[in-house]
Formats: sequence, C-alpha cells, structure tokens
Amino acid sequence: MQFQLSEEQKMVQKMVRDFATKEVAKGLAERDEHEVFSRELTNQMGELGLMGICFPEEYGGADGDVLSYILAIEELSKVDDGLGITLSASVSLCAWPIFAYGNDAQKKKYLLDLVEGTKLGAFGLTEPNAGTDAASQQTVAVLEGDHYVLNGSKIFITNAGEAETYIVFAMTDKSKGTKGISAFIVEKDTPGFTFGKKEHKLGINTSITMELIFQDVKVPKENMLGKEGDGFKIAMSTLDGGRIGVAAQALGIAQAALDHAVKYSKERTQFGKPIAVNQAIGFMLADMATKVDAARLLIYRAAWLKDQGQPYSKEAAMAKMYASDIAMEVTVDAVQIFGGYGYTREYPVERLMRNAKITQIYEGTNQVQRMVISGAVLK
Amino acid sequence: MDIIVCIKQVPDTTEVKIDPVTNTLIRQGVPSIVNPFDKNALEAALQLKEQHGGKVTVLSMGPPQAKDALKECLAMGADEAVLMSDRAFGGADTLATSRTLAAGIRKLGHYDLLICGKQAIDGDTAQVGPEIAEALDIPQVTYAAKLEISGDSKVRIEREHEEGYEVVETTLPLMVTVVKSINEPRLPTVKGTMKANRKEIPMLTAADIDVDLDSIGLKGSPTQVHRIFTPKQRVQGQLIQADSPREAVAQLMNKLAEAKLI
Amino acid sequence: MAVIIKKEDCVGCGACVGVCPFGAISMENDVAVIGDGCTACGACLDDVCPANAIYREAEEKKVAMNKAEYHDVWVYLEQMDGQARSVGYELLGQGRRLADELKQKVAAVIIGDQVAELAVSAIASGADKVYLVEGPEYRHFTTDAYSIAFVDLVNTYKPTAILMGATNDGRDLAPRIAGRVGTGLCADCTDLGIDEKTGLVAWTRPAFGGNIMATIFCPEHRPQMGTVRPKVFKRPETDDARQGEVIRVSSKVRQEQIRTKFVEMLRVCGASCNLEEAEIIVSGGRGMGKPENFQLIEDLACTLNASVGASRAAVDAGWKPALHQVGQTGKTVGPKIYFACGISGAIQHLAGMSSSDIIIAVNKDPDAPIFKMADYGIVGDVMEVLPILNEEFKKVLQD
Repeated sequence: MQFQLSEEQKMVQKMVRDFATKEVAKGLAERDEHEVFSRELTNQMGELGLMGICFPEEYGGADGDVLSYILAIEELSKVDDGLGITLSASVSLCAWPIFAYGNDAQKKKYLLDLVEGTKLGAFGLTEPNAGTDAASQQTVAVLEGDHYVLNGSKIFITNAGEAETYIVFAMTDKSKGTKGISAFIVEKDTPGFTFGKKEHKLGINTSITMELIFQDVKVPKENMLGKEGDGFKIAMSTLDGGRIGVAAQALGIAQAALDHAVKYSKERTQFGKPIAVNQAIGFMLADMATKVDAARLLIYRAAWLKDQGQPYSKEAAMAKMYASDIAMEVTVDAVQIFGGYGYTREYPVERLMRNAKITQIYEGTNQVQRMVISGAVLK
Repeated sequence: MDIIVCIKQVPDTTEVKIDPVTNTLIRQGVPSIVNPFDKNALEAALQLKEQHGGKVTVLSMGPPQAKDALKECLAMGADEAVLMSDRAFGGADTLATSRTLAAGIRKLGHYDLLICGKQAIDGDTAQVGPEIAEALDIPQVTYAAKLEISGDSKVRIEREHEEGYEVVETTLPLMVTVVKSINEPRLPTVKGTMKANRKEIPMLTAADIDVDLDSIGLKGSPTQVHRIFTPKQRVQGQLIQADSPREAVAQLMNKLAEAKLI
Repeated sequence: MAVIIKKEDCVGCGACVGVCPFGAISMENDVAVIGDGCTACGACLDDVCPANAIYREAEEKKVAMNKAEYHDVWVYLEQMDGQARSVGYELLGQGRRLADELKQKVAAVIIGDQVAELAVSAIASGADKVYLVEGPEYRHFTTDAYSIAFVDLVNTYKPTAILMGATNDGRDLAPRIAGRVGTGLCADCTDLGIDEKTGLVAWTRPAFGGNIMATIFCPEHRPQMGTVRPKVFKRPETDDARQGEVIRVSSKVRQEQIRTKFVEMLRVCGASCNLEEAEIIVSGGRGMGKPENFQLIEDLACTLNASVGASRAAVDAGWKPALHQVGQTGKTVGPKIYFACGISGAIQHLAGMSSSDIIIAVNKDPDAPIFKMADYGIVGDVMEVLPILNEEFKKVLQD
C-alpha cells in the first residue's frame, strides 16, 4: 500500500498551487462579491495545460493520471473552488464523456479544443422537473432527416453561457424510460439554443450557472454521443467521475477552512493567550483535521481506482458524500473559531462556508450518493 | 544564443520564524524554493531564446535535493539542467562558490550570456554573479531592469541605480544580474512539469571539473562565520487608538515632541 | 573548519535539527547527522547541544598571504558626477574607529574625473591619507575601469581592510575586486568592530531576511573586505583643520579594457526614489486603496522632504514603479523615520525596513503585524489620518 504521491504528482500539485496562490488569489474577494466569472483565468488554465492533465498526448493532453487531475482541482479549490468546479465541469462532465464515448471525428472536432482549454465545456442533464429523477426528462430530440431537433430546457448548468461545447441529454424515445435517453454534443451558437437568466447563488459565485433553452435546435445526427438510448448510461458514468471532482472541490474548501482556522487561532489572543491553547479550540481543530484527512484518503482512493481501470462508482459516491458533508462541518466550525470576524466578508471563512453547501447538492445530492452506496452494499 | 542561468535553491525565508523561547531559527516546515530573483533570470533567458533561438541551460551548486529546484526550471522551459554536487563543494563562501560555478561553466563549454538573479534571499550577498564573471574574465552588468540584445549581439541594459536607471551598452559574452521588475516569471505548464520530471539531470562532482581543490568548498573560503545570533527584536511601541483621527494625530504629535523627535 | 557531531556524545534530543538554517541536520537512528547542506555556519554550535556533542573541527589552512605586509583601513569614497555619496563619509567615521583600535591609519580611495576636491572633505572627515585616481575614463562608473584602478591600488599599497558602501555600484565593484585579489568579502554589513582576541575585523550582517545576524571574519586573507549599508552609521563631524596626505596614483586603464559603455542616466523619479540614502521615508501599501490615493503619501513626503516608498502589494498593483519598492525583493532601507501607511507588515516588507530608527505606522487593523514593529502606531483609516498628519507637520515645521 502506497500512501505517498509520486514525484510527478507532487510536481503537478506544486505547480497548480503556485498558479492558484499567485494568479487565482488576485482579486478573488471582488470576483466573489460581484459574481464575476473570469474567462481570463480559464484561458490561463488552458494555456498551462490544466484542462488536459489526464488525457493522452494525441488529444493534446499531458498523459498524466486521474489523481494528478484531482490534485489540481483540490489545489485550485483551496483558493477558489468556483474555479475548481469550472475546471471539473469542463473536464469531467464534457471532455471526459467525449473521450470515453465519442467517435474519432467527434474527438477530433471537440475534444482537442477542450483539452487544450481554448474551448470550455458544460453538461446539461438536470431539468426543472427532472433533478434526481433523471428519467423524467422532458427535453426531447426528434430525428428529422440528417439531424435531430431538440426542444426543452436544462437548469443549473455550470459554465452555461461561457462554454462553447455542451453535452445535452434528451429523450429520443419516451416509451423506453431511461433507455430512451440519448446524449448530444451541442455547439454554443446553434440557432434556437439560448440561455436563460444567470442564477444568483448562495456561493461559488466565481462560477457561472444558467439555464439552457432549446427551441427547435437542429443538431446534426453525427453529434449524437454513443448510440441512441445510450444517454442514461453515459450520464451516470460521467457523473461517477464528476463526483470525484466535486469531492476534490469539497476537500479543497475544507482544507482551506482548516488552514485559516489553525492560523487564526494561533494569532488571535484573548485573555492574554492565543485562543488555540484552549482545549475547546484545540479539540475542534483536531476533529476538523481528522475529517479532512479521512476525506482525502477516500478521494485519492477513488481516483486511484479510476486510474487502475477498476470499478469506482461506489467509492466515488462515498468520497463525494463524505468530503462534502465534512466540508460543510469544517467550514461551519472554522467560522465559529473566527467568531464575529468569521461572519464578515473581511475574512475568507464565510465564503468557504457558503461555498461548501453546494457540494452536498450537485453531482447528485448526498441522499442520492447514499442510494448509490447502499445499492452497492446491498447488492 | 546559448545562455547559462545560475540558480540557487533557498529556504523560503518569508516562512522562517524565530522561536520566541529559544530565540533560534525555526527551520522545520520551511519549504525550499528556487531563489525568486533566479526565476527572473530564467525568464529573461527564456525570452531571449524565444527571440534569438539557442539553448538555455540552468546550473546550480548544492546538495542532491537541489535537483527539485532544477526540475522546476526545466518545467518553466529550460532546455538543460546541471547540478554541481559534491561534499568538496560544501561550506563554500561566495568566492569559493563562484570558483566552483565558473569551473562548471567552463566545463559546459560555449556560452554567449550568463544570467543570475541579483542576489539569493537566504544570504542576500549579491556577490556570486560578479565573482563568477571575474573568474571567467567577462564583463558584467548588475541590477538589470531591462535587457535587450539586437541581432548583431549588441546589448543594451537599463540597470537599477539609486538615481534611476543607468543605460549601459556592451557586447557578448557577458554576465548580467537581474532585479525583480525586469519581468514576470512564467508559470510552468502541466506538460512542461511532466517532461521535466522525466528528464535526466546530470551531476558534476569535483572530479569532473578542472579546479584546485584548495580553492573551493570550505577550504577555499576566505571568510568564516564566527557567530550567528538572532537580532534584537524590535519591541512594540505605543499604539494610539483614539476617538477621532484628529485626536489620534494630536496624541502622536505629543509623543513625538516628548521623545524630542520634532 | 567543518562542523562535526560527536556520535557517541549525541543524546538524540534533536535540539540541533530545528536550529540549522539550512535544514542540513537530520536524525538517523536517534543520532543527529549533518548532511550535505551544511555550510559550517555554526548556528548549531552556540549552546544548542545540551551534551556539547557538536564542535567545529580545526583545520590547517595554507597561509594564503603574508598578512604582515598589509596595513591601514581603507574607505571607498564613492562619487557620482563629482558628488560623494554620504555613505562614504559615514564609513570614514567607522574606518577611523577601526584604525584607531588597530593603531593604524585610515585612507580614503577616490576614483573619478576631476574629483580632487573630494580629498579635502575626506581628510576633514577623518582620513589620514587619500589615494586619488583621476582621469576622463572615470567620468562615469564602469565595473572594468574602476576595478582595474582599485585592484592596482590594493596590490601596490596593501591595506588590511576595505570598507565600501553597499550601494548599487559598490555592490557591483566590491566582488570584482575581491575575486581578482582572491580575498573574502562580506556584503551589506550593519555592524563593524575589531575582534579583541584576533584583531580581525568583525563584520556583522543580517541573513535569512533579517531573521538572523552573522558575524564574519576573514582570518587568512588580506585585505579584509566588506560593503556596509548606507545610513547605518552617523556621518562624522568634519574638522577642516585636519591634515592629510593626498597620494595621486596615475591611471593604468586602457580604453580597450573597458567593456561596458555608460550611455545615460534615466532620472525617472528624482530624489523621491533614492530610498537607500533617505533620512525620512513615507511608504504606502495596499491600504491606500487606489493609485490616486498615493497623492496623500506624496504630500506628506513633500512636507517632510522625504522619499516615497511602497510595499510590494502597491507595486504589484501598479500603483508605484518598482524603484519605490521597500522589502526583500525591493530595496533595503534604514532611514531615521519610516512612515508605514496602510501597510500590514508582511515579513517581506519588514525585512526591508526593520533597521529604521523610528517606525510610525498607520493602519486600520489593530492586529496588523506592522504595529509589533512600530515605535508609534495609529489605529485608523489612512485616508483620514494622513491629511491631518500632513497638516500638523506643516504647522510644526513652520514654527
């Protein structure tokens, strides 16, 4: 059993950490306050190769492993997890399914740009009335000659509006339930494809979330990902990978909250001594640190399993569920340690607490994760 | 244009703290980094290479773990990295260090330009660059804030000076030390990082270079550290928290007058 | 000279591990081991080891030179356009002190074009002798011309010690001389003395961003050389009645030996960025909020005839040019009074200004680290405090 990162993984980790602390940290509080998505930063991530860490060189990638990619999300998220999820959404939810299920022509046309980061990707599955219950998709795709015509809408789509490439799920045969769902690659400027309002969220304000609206959108037949009816399978396997990404985001948040809390409790003096010397604070920090480490081990294992080509669906669900739950707990505790200061926007922990909440919700709520895990346990 | 950049792996001195009880340096947990000014030197070299072609080689003298620093330079885009490491090099002061590095540079062969950071943040001496130039008998320009080289190898440098910037013209070969404002060092890319990790870094030992063993390392160092101590820490003075800024300033002026500062 | 751990005496307490500034000591099988990173700096020697297991190994040094031939303390009186830098005079005061302790003479070294009159003020400031090298080739500083002239003097007259200002040109020139002569050089000293036991110059300088101080000797090589920071020492009182000898030395530099050419001096900011030699510095940081607000800093600096400094954050944000940056990656300063306005006091900044005589800080955060250093601190908004401060100083200066 190997608990040490490889030389290469350590170097990628350091490289992303430097990028995050030098470039991403600049103006972060303002971007969060004014809900600014920075295309400049995503372009820079592309130039630095962050979008292509775990893809083969023939598609412009760096031929690294999944764990290196997960380390990158973790490091980014320690500083700005909104950017972390932007990366995860483009790589795990858009580039990966094209890599895994796309044909050569699709890979050439779409994957290369996503991997090199000249284009951004997004993933549209959730609908107003089909969240966890993905089978009640109301977006439909009807074959007309050499193209499908899409009608319907998708909500809460990360990277929407900014992304150039979308993986969109739609019913091609309602009678078949989940087996009637198909996946399509839809380009941003396709006629009839528009965006709804920008969501104003509790947190992750440096990421962008919008509704996708499809009105008689003609998508060429060759843009179907996989075969007709493969959509649900593609969505579920894509989400398995995406969950490790969200877990890494949660881990980054939790680690950052812990780091801030440790530093602050050593600096903040009350009754003539740093508050850290109080056992009440020390024990809180001990619990926080243990949770963060446990989450890290679950996440790295899930990434490792994926690297090994072994099944990882249950482990990814465990990692996502646990990491996001403890991210919520740890950030709440961090705010508590900061006291009144922690509740203000002068300090970063309130942002971390707001941001942590979403990780318990998206990529499948933690209730869904428990369904996945219990399903596997009871099999 | 063949450029050699000398770099040093240093402890991140901004992370160094003093143990308030023992009054000694807390070195544990302080990360080792590439000396920040050396990254400016490397960036300057990479930009010149992009303009003129050629090769950028980074050279460092240090313990085996200094390879990590060289890998980072490779990840940024250096073509080659060489580490000079030997017990015989240890304990060197700036003069002995410069002799060792100069011998390493001679061993590397042809070069047009040598670039160093203005100083290393652990020692802050700013001496090794000029002493290398002296050992190699090439001209130098220190504290460069702007460095331009035309096609016919004419060099124009603006060097930082107390009075502003001094414009200097010269030719190659040359040793230049650079300040922070000359450029913004690029970040390594993922691909560069992975390539760097897979690249072999050759090691030069004392046996590989042409140098008198009495002139390097501890033996060849004219200076000797006699004593190391922690400086007197400044103590916190008087903190003025008044109801209004005017009141606060008035209090300050009184205190300054009491101390006969005004 | 190497530092050694006596294995059999080591009690395995690990006290020395954390002390090493270079991280060169580690524990192996409960015994401390010195690794390749050791620079023999001696940080682990002074009372660190409870078992006294660490010691410095004495080593035979080849006698490098005949030390007895070397005498007198030299001070380089750096000039620019015929104006001597203040640090040269400050060092004459120190040179005098060291020479008196050694019972030797002090000589000033002046190199330039038509700078003979500086010899008079050097003597008035304490020099017994002045070595004067003049010629048009020294009109502007060049490393080559000045180092050739200086090394020629050293080889001819053999001083025991040379003090130079740690200016940009001083720190350019000194290592070339030391390298050519083959002697030790101690950079950027903040304290000087004569070691009673050995009679050696004790050069004391900060290292590790000012976290530690090191006292350095140059036992076997001559001259003993060092550069010294401006503003550390007081300029001595002048005595116009003092007599001294001026020794003119002819220039031996040939034009083709000068490989760099001075073109011009871009005086981008006048005196306001000459922080190294400033008596008073008013610095602004991130707390200034935006570039326009730096006007308040300029205003106060104007009232006090001070130079303007900036923190790294302010320079990185583009509010002030890099020449104004105070701190580890900028300039190291030591004025009489340093105003830190809206500067939180990151360690990088503190490293560059902690040797100021008096530090006055204005910051709205009472927990800002700058207050731990400041002699006087005002907790308040710089935007409100600065105009009032300026007003009050104007009043005081008028009276």
